[in-house]
Amino acid sequence: MPMNHAIFQTVCFLVFAGAAALSALGVIGFKNTVHAVLSLVLTFFSAACVWLLLQAEFLALALVVVYVGAVMVLFLFVVMMLDIELEPLREGFIRYLPVGIGAAVIMLFEMLGIIGVRAMNVPAGPNPAGASNIEWLGQALFTHFLLPFEIAALILTVGLVAAVVLALRTRTFSRRQDPARQSAVRAATRLRMVKMPAVKPAPAAAEKETAT
Amino acid sequence: MTIPLSWYIVFGTVLLCISIAGIFINRKNVIVLLMAIELMLLAVDTNFVAFSRFLGDAAGQVFVFFILTVAAAESAIGLAIVVLLFRNRRTVNVAELDALRE
Repeated sequence: MPMNHAIFQTVCFLVFAGAAALSALGVIGFKNTVHAVLSLVLTFFSAACVWLLLQAEFLALALVVVYVGAVMVLFLFVVMMLDIELEPLREGFIRYLPVGIGAAVIMLFEMLGIIGVRAMNVPAGPNPAGASNIEWLGQALFTHFLLPFEIAALILTVGLVAAVVLALRTRTFSRRQDPARQSAVRAATRLRMVKMPAVKPAPAAAEKETAT
Repeated sequence: MTIPLSWYIVFGTVLLCISIAGIFINRKNVIVLLMAIELMLLAVDTNFVAFSRFLGDAAGQVFVFFILTVAAAESAIGLAIVVLLFRNRRTVNVAELDALRE
């Protein structure tokens, strides 16, 4: 049974890692930006599954919720909202393709050389939490990292406000209320009392009025 | 944990190299550039999670938590800038954004 378990884990890792790598290739290769965004969603999902194999359950679910649920939807909104001409953006794709692939492959082999694929077959330590990943993470997050946690909340707030302010557009034709002006208003600004002497209409004019 | 640490690191390396190739070949489209940056962050996150698990240190996963937070804020602001850019210039082509050079 443990042997089967090991084989199952290995197969799962290979499938999810392969799916993530292939869909990452799709992200950079697809012509249509919407397809690229959807491919990125698949990449994040597969990477979350790889993280599940690492027993990082909380972060895997957070990745799905935060990235697939929020950030990718934001990307999709922007891509679909903007009417982008794709042709000028694709020029130079073929020209830079050899350079990009060359740089990536060279970097890959350099990094693999540094890592030393064979040398790092370190066995995993025991599951540190003993119980659950969330408990383990929460212990660290709310004791040692409490201040960074609060700052992260602040960063999110600043990001929200900044995004709204950047994308806000002041419309010249919009009619809006100004509460300061509304509460500062006095009777004199709305109503002007004019003193007029009563005038008796001339008889000729009165006759003319009755005729019409 | 039957899968050795090096497999996870190789996985992260492959993702990072793919996103670097993406920055090279898609250098005209701001949106694809932003997505390549997200991919890079994902690769780094995978490394952090793997090391955290194998060394038994929670700091790595906490750091990934913060990276996710900051990356979400970053992409929100980045996309707002892209929307603003498109509204003003009618394009997201990096090659045409050379106003500061002239």
